[in-house]
Amino acid sequence: MTSEAADSAEAAGAIAPAADPGFLQRYGGTIEYVLIPGAALVGALAVFGIFVMLFGKNPLDLYFYMYQGAFGTWFSWQNTLTRAAPLILTALCTALPAQLGMVIIGGEGALLIGALSATSIALALQGMPPLVVQIAMVIAGVVGGGLWIMLSGALRQYRGVNETISSLLLVYIGLAILNHLVEGAMRDPASLNKPSTREIGAANMIGSIPGTDVHWGLVFGLIAAIASYILIYHTVFGFAARVAGGNIRAAKIVGLGVSKLILTVCFLAGGAAGLAGMVEVAAVQGRTNANLAAGYGFTGILVAFLARQNPLAIIPVAILLGGISASGGLLQRRLGLPDASVLVLQGIIFVFVLASDALYGRIGFLKGKS
Amino acid sequence: MDFGRISRRHLLQGGAALTLGAAAGVRPAFAADTTIGFIYVGSRDDYGYNQAHAQGAAALKKIPGLKVVEEEKVPETDAVEKTIESMINLDGATLLFPTSFGYYNPHMIKMANKYPKLRFEHCGGLWSDKDPKNAGSYFGYIDEAQYISGVVAGLTSKSSKLGFVAAKPIPQVLRNINAFELGAKSVNPKATTQVIFTGDWSMPVKEAEATNSLIDQGVDVLTCHVDGPKTMVENAARRGAFVCGYHVNQSPLAPKAYLTGAEWNWEALYPKFVKMIATGEGIPNFYRGGLKEEIVKTSPYGEAVSAEARKAADEAKAKFLSAEGFAIFKGGLVDNKGKTVIPAGTDRGQKDPELEKMDYLVEGVIGATS
Amino acid sequence: MADGSIGLWTVPLAVLGGAIRVSTPFLFVSLGECITERSGRINLGLEGTLVMGAMSAYGISYVTGSPWLGVLAAGITGALLGALHAGICSLPRVNDVAVGIALMLFGTGLAFYLGKPLIEPTAPRLPAIDFGWWSDVPQVRAALRVNVLFLIGVALAPILYWAFRTTRWGLLIRTAGESSDAARAMGHSVLLIRLRATMVGGFLAGIGGSFLSLFYPGSWNEGLSSGQGITAVALVIFARWDPLLCLWASLAFGGAAALGPALQSVGVTSGYHLFNAAPYILTLAIMIITCSPKRTLTGAPAELSITR
Repeated sequence: MTSEAADSAEAAGAIAPAADPGFLQRYGGTIEYVLIPGAALVGALAVFGIFVMLFGKNPLDLYFYMYQGAFGTWFSWQNTLTRAAPLILTALCTALPAQLGMVIIGGEGALLIGALSATSIALALQGMPPLVVQIAMVIAGVVGGGLWIMLSGALRQYRGVNETISSLLLVYIGLAILNHLVEGAMRDPASLNKPSTREIGAANMIGSIPGTDVHWGLVFGLIAAIASYILIYHTVFGFAARVAGGNIRAAKIVGLGVSKLILTVCFLAGGAAGLAGMVEVAAVQGRTNANLAAGYGFTGILVAFLARQNPLAIIPVAILLGGISASGGLLQRRLGLPDASVLVLQGIIFVFVLASDALYGRIGFLKGKS
Repeated sequence: MDFGRISRRHLLQGGAALTLGAAAGVRPAFAADTTIGFIYVGSRDDYGYNQAHAQGAAALKKIPGLKVVEEEKVPETDAVEKTIESMINLDGATLLFPTSFGYYNPHMIKMANKYPKLRFEHCGGLWSDKDPKNAGSYFGYIDEAQYISGVVAGLTSKSSKLGFVAAKPIPQVLRNINAFELGAKSVNPKATTQVIFTGDWSMPVKEAEATNSLIDQGVDVLTCHVDGPKTMVENAARRGAFVCGYHVNQSPLAPKAYLTGAEWNWEALYPKFVKMIATGEGIPNFYRGGLKEEIVKTSPYGEAVSAEARKAADEAKAKFLSAEGFAIFKGGLVDNKGKTVIPAGTDRGQKDPELEKMDYLVEGVIGATS
Repeated sequence: MADGSIGLWTVPLAVLGGAIRVSTPFLFVSLGECITERSGRINLGLEGTLVMGAMSAYGISYVTGSPWLGVLAAGITGALLGALHAGICSLPRVNDVAVGIALMLFGTGLAFYLGKPLIEPTAPRLPAIDFGWWSDVPQVRAALRVNVLFLIGVALAPILYWAFRTTRWGLLIRTAGESSDAARAMGHSVLLIRLRATMVGGFLAGIGGSFLSLFYPGSWNEGLSSGQGITAVALVIFARWDPLLCLWASLAFGGAAALGPALQSVGVTSGYHLFNAAPYILTLAIMIITCSPKRTLTGAPAELSITR
């Protein structure tokens, strides 16, 4: 059994009502899910503190500026949430297939194709009412990204091609297609020194949540994450997916349509990342160009693993990582740390959280008698 | 956005202000809390585009009363908006330099509208009168320096075959390629320039392969327009070819092979900008210039440059510096497909907006724009 | 031709030269990954190892003046990262694919962080051996300027092929990869075998990185690898975990990287973005053609998480 499958089985266990309602037995699992990643995070921050200390910086300053840059002011919060928005969606691209035991790391490709599809439809529908264009963009983004990752799922199911590798290769291929079109067939002749498609038009932009600078992508992300959670843990479909994730053969024996499961889940996963691409176009850039390949898809993988592939946990983890990248600028400016320090910190956190997987079910006082 | 919309009026404004700027020699006096924010798209140690800007920022740090904050590797997404706001809100920056082309629209425009009392200076030369008045965009006619590199290259090459490693076929790059070829042809009518596009701004393996391919074709002097010319310079020098640098002076990498180079002169321009603000005269919204205005410069000649080449290059430089200036792109210009791109009798001076739309390679350049 | 140009011959020559120049990092990473995966573990983090190797080789070569010390340092750095990977993966229920991605991020970040002061200086490079002495054509001579690391890599492929089949170590690694129970029954620690295999894999990947910074393209900067490490890991899968096929595949990828610029230099100019993506399209196409849903891949180690 893969570890994700083990996780999801445990998660199911944690949610199912236990026969014996002893507190620790009932909630021990849930407490573990907060305590262990929390401890891993603290450990990672400590190691990073030591790392910057080696370069003559004061780790207490580091923690202070990280807090200030990420959560210290209302502005910092908005900065953090804006950066978290695309990460929630791209993380779902890894987390949903993980329920089936698949490791998809190609969210970046789905994001680019989603953005390209959304832009194309918006340009095709110029002159229509903005709401129509926006809805069409959402559909196009989801379908474009969804089909892109579904391709990986189909290759795995029908040709036995490893989905991790194929989804990664599709990132590079997607980027090449985007560049080819943006510098060729779809290029706005007026976009001289920054080859781009034509703009979708100010009226078709989706704008910000009233009273904030945070764009609507955050709301899209929250809805998608919650919907995914319900789908996985509270529907028959989700149950079937988790069974199949645990054991494909068992799933076949009980008559589950594994092909359909794989294709649907991959479509939804790619759709989430494609939606992130649509949001980048409709809320930020206003058109498609190479700027869209900003690495949200790759950071999303990190978010999904840190959230242990749980769609609800993705929300706080995305905010945490959004906060880290929001505070990265302050670390550069106040502490003189290079930009790569954010990468180093992300790497350390990732390593700690993964290593902490070994601790589940092993903390004495949380162990119920089962 | 883009150059197409630049009206003659701005150009006149720019020109008038340039003269004023040169006249202002007053010692600046600043309140102790003036903070200037610099934002780079790549690493500020890239030995290329971003390093040139960082050298300009370093020149400002020497002026008493100024505080400079810097952030590197800021992608051309809403991340740059957040970085600008963070510099304003957390560092108190009042003058901002987002130095990458793609920062302008929509990101910097949005911020300039939101903070109308602050000053924004973008590198790219994009301002039009629809844009906010507190925003500005400056750029240098670095093709003048490329023309001089071409003169030196044309007289140094034994095969009369020159090579150009370029990132993307966009007007700024095409202008440099064409200027290089026209400079070479002005002293060596047989000179041709072969161009290879790598497809992106930083692709070291592709740049090295392009360098080797060009040399295999008999090219013996190379230059480039990519973000970090180090790869091209070192690999060409290893194969015994001569090189002309770009962005900053790369002669320490290959002192024997380095002829000259087209460099930015931000360390002269930025203090000038600050003076303009201090004297109350302000920076013109649209600000462009070349060798004469000290926005670009050429690297000192390398040891391989013959006396004849030095003389010819110095003469060309003198023409650019003269009061009437010198038009690189003169009437009767034919592209490499045989089409007349500038009709006889109409010289296109440096400030001609038509040149900003360049989509051709001149006769003598081997290569194609698509 | 009299003017020193070789016209259309540039293309095959560039592909040949590219195969020799560009393939070495692919070769080292894929051979290293081959050893690791044969032992039943996948290390996707070799991209980070490659970049770390490139940076440390450049730094050590610059500081000590000896590029060979740089190569050694790159190998050691790679082995340490490999040990870290193996150490974390040996904990129960830890997913090796995820750890690989984590270490990719960590290795790349650390290399960028520590490598900032190394972008501008020039470090001593590895020497080249001139195999083109017999030719009068300078282009041929240039294409055949070969680095010793390439030769070592080429020699390593058949040696590994032989070692997997006939030596005790080869047998142990394969046993650990095919059935950890069998290895345990033989009285060996599977974790120890995998630790060593991952360290050797990291060592080779680190050396692959040193080739990038010390020979070709031959300097340190942050765009140096542009995904070559991760491509090499994919390459192992379509090379069927066979060191000899890794060699051919690496040469093909190297040649493919040279194809785009070479075609442009003779006048084929359209669609260079698609040419640049050729290695990835090629890999995907070959995987689609050669994989089958009905059986696990021939040659696939049974214990490997991604092929189950």
